[in-house]
Amino acid sequence: MTGLSNLQRLESQSIHILREVVAEFERPVLMYSIGKDSAVLLHLAMKAFHPGLVPFPLLHVDTTWKFKEMIEFRDQLTAKQGLDLIVHTNADGLAKGINPIDSGSSLHTDVMKTDALKQALDAHKFDCAIGGARRDEEKSRAKERVMSFRNESHNWEPKRQRPELWNLFNCRIQPGESVRAFPLSDWTELDIWNYIKSENIPIVPLYFAKERPVVARDGQLFMVDDDRFPLRDGETPMMKMVRFRTLGCYPLTAAIRSTATTIDDIISETQVTRTSERHGRVIDHDQSGSMEKRKRAGYF
Amino acid sequence: MSATTEQMTQLRFLTCGSVDDGKSTLIGRLLYDAKAIFDDQQDALQSDSKKFGTVDNGIDFALLVDGLQAEREQGITIDVAYRYFATPNRSFIVADTPGHEQYTRNMATGASTADLAVILVDARQGVMIQTKRHTYIAHLLGIKSITLAINKMDLVDYNEDVFLSIVSAYKEFSDQIGVSNITAIPVSALHGENISSLGEQMPWYKDLCILEHLETVEIVELSSGCGARLPVQRVSRPNADFRGFSGTVAGAPLNVGDPVTVEPDGAQSTVAEISTYDGAIETALIGQSITVVLNDNIDVSRGNVICHSESEMEPTDQVQVHLIWMSDIEMIPGRQYEIKLATSSALAWVSELKYKVNVNTLEQTATKTLELNDVGVCNLSFDRRLACEPYTMCKETGGFILIDRYTNETVGAGMIDYALRRARNLTRQKLTLDKVERAKAMGQAPALLWFTGLSGSGKSTVANVVEAKLHHMGRRTYMLDGDNVRHGLNRDLGFTDADRVENIRRISEVAKLFVDAGIIVLVSAISPFRGDRDMARALMDDGEFFEVHIDASLETCEQRDPKGLYSRARAGEIANFTGIDSPYEAPLEPELRIDTDIMDPETAADKIIALLPR
Repeated sequence: MTGLSNLQRLESQSIHILREVVAEFERPVLMYSIGKDSAVLLHLAMKAFHPGLVPFPLLHVDTTWKFKEMIEFRDQLTAKQGLDLIVHTNADGLAKGINPIDSGSSLHTDVMKTDALKQALDAHKFDCAIGGARRDEEKSRAKERVMSFRNESHNWEPKRQRPELWNLFNCRIQPGESVRAFPLSDWTELDIWNYIKSENIPIVPLYFAKERPVVARDGQLFMVDDDRFPLRDGETPMMKMVRFRTLGCYPLTAAIRSTATTIDDIISETQVTRTSERHGRVIDHDQSGSMEKRKRAGYF
Repeated sequence: MSATTEQMTQLRFLTCGSVDDGKSTLIGRLLYDAKAIFDDQQDALQSDSKKFGTVDNGIDFALLVDGLQAEREQGITIDVAYRYFATPNRSFIVADTPGHEQYTRNMATGASTADLAVILVDARQGVMIQTKRHTYIAHLLGIKSITLAINKMDLVDYNEDVFLSIVSAYKEFSDQIGVSNITAIPVSALHGENISSLGEQMPWYKDLCILEHLETVEIVELSSGCGARLPVQRVSRPNADFRGFSGTVAGAPLNVGDPVTVEPDGAQSTVAEISTYDGAIETALIGQSITVVLNDNIDVSRGNVICHSESEMEPTDQVQVHLIWMSDIEMIPGRQYEIKLATSSALAWVSELKYKVNVNTLEQTATKTLELNDVGVCNLSFDRRLACEPYTMCKETGGFILIDRYTNETVGAGMIDYALRRARNLTRQKLTLDKVERAKAMGQAPALLWFTGLSGSGKSTVANVVEAKLHHMGRRTYMLDGDNVRHGLNRDLGFTDADRVENIRRISEVAKLFVDAGIIVLVSAISPFRGDRDMARALMDDGEFFEVHIDASLETCEQRDPKGLYSRARAGEIANFTGIDSPYEAPLEPELRIDTDIMDPETAADKIIALLPR
């Protein structure tokens, strides 16, 4: 028996993976999406390399449709911790006017997230992108490796994955190929919240319930974060106590009614909740198996 | 909540069963009962059940577990998938691995990180070949605790005698391989009997249900009897005042003040500090990721293992191992692979393949190669000493993977049985004269000219001209001709891939001895495999090896056919003939390429001689 608790075992495993990444790759980068999983990932990176600094930059793929509070949080945190932040937006997509409202969630995600990510990885020649994805999030992620090999076009081939045994990770690649590393693979949503609580990790205030201006559409609540959100006839934003379980582009991320204003509230809510966390994400529902298709194409 | 969060433990287990044993249904049921399934997932499950389901008008729990599209359509699980659920006391990580014959490698993958294995048996079928294989692999990977779930009890009328006879048949087999910690539970995954609570159908069974058993079972560590080990991942040197070594503790806890030895070199020191982000600690537990500072300024780098001095390792360059082969391309003794063992990397090759184990019958059979999903016992050599030890002593320093150097695929995984040479006690015989002095006496720089190419390309012709010219120049030479060597030294070898590799290995070693003696060696051999020529190159010092590709088109070679071999191969009289039914891998970056279609041997010889240092 190891004597370590569940959270300690998860923490040590993640730190081990982060250290392997830095030892084996030439140009790693941490995919920083500002959400709670990224917050945990960044915290683990600070732990892994203490007393040294985090030895890789952070990359944020900004679709320009993130919640305002996310961007404020990102800029404050990176300034305070002295982190090297790279922000990339797909300029072509922006010029073509791709947006989540008119273009549809699917095209917007392909162009402003997947393509944008590939552009940034290629431009900086990153050979390993560290992400905060967890296997419990979605079915196709359950078979993802910790070190997930991508060919020169960033494609994922689920049938040709390298077997991964023990804590031994095969990090060998040819020039142009890359690896996506997932140190949080074995964490669950509840683990993330318990860890945020026990480590006192700062997170975006959007996770906590507050009165926010929302409109109801197709049975889901969307926050009107700025005046780009087109209101339909007769639609007026109402102030409702809501919070978010995941954060993304605000027109694609549904809020949930909640009174959870502390981490403890969120933890109890997570324990009794009856919908999965990605339920609020519009892209997952476009069609069955859509996440797997996206992952093959290079989405995180 | 917070009190339990800190005490909550983790159990990693793997589930294995044959195709229709109901494994996915069992896991789906555990997730469902542990409330790890949300309403929206359940909605999707219900609609999927209608579309793909195999259960008449009910929820097909298996669909919840079978992740990827392709396998959902085929109705089989093709890879390792991980599932998560928790009870108030314990968090569970489930590795779901397939029961298909050709996917042994996936099961080994799932087993490598598991604390416990749940093996499913169909009550109607009893102990099958796959059951034995799963048990053997779990045991091989060091899993100490096995839960035998005898499923589909509903289809045998919940009959206790059926249960008991399967248990006794299973124990007969498990005793044979030395698995002792077995818990057998009769269940019906479909009806939820004895899964998360005791059902009403089997009043004769009064022990724990599956979930209670998993919640309370004590986790038995494989590592036993060894002291603390810290395989060094990286050196942390943020400023001039701090030099620490980061890694994850294995074997036993590590304490401040512990005397330590840095393997494989053997330098000694003591632990000055155990540093973490949360402050310095006195003791680091097994599995904890830490950074250690030592009291002495000794050389430590990635790949070294800091180990407790009272339980030193035995660094070696040769071990006996159990090797599981995971690639479509067979393992051939002598062929070099990259090994990753703890945090060190080196070149490794099988120096002797003793036998392979039939995982169904445990029979040992002689073999020359290992194919996909084979388990072999062999001697493995490294190109340098590595800090390692038996797998049963410590998983982290006894388990390894092999990587193909050309495709970068993970092709094998193995467990060290024991060290064959304790390299610390056995240094090579120190010879008083060295290579440099011998070369000086010869008045020349020794070299190895390696002529590779198809049969009939003109290797021997060109090599003979080169040797004659060198002789006239007063150089000391020796020719090793592939055909001639096969009459003597390599008389016992045939033309299979495995024998070809061994043929080249022996020629390379002999050539190395001649080069060591100061001679210019000419090897003329088809040597069709790139990896083998690279092996020869690796044996030599920098600047000593010259790969000369004697290139002629297959048509030209067939036309020349000096020994009449092509016509015999075409007639089917010779098997495994290079260029006809055995591949030739042309050099990618030879030192020189000679096209004998357009260049005469004299000109070619001059060009080759010009390669050599004056």
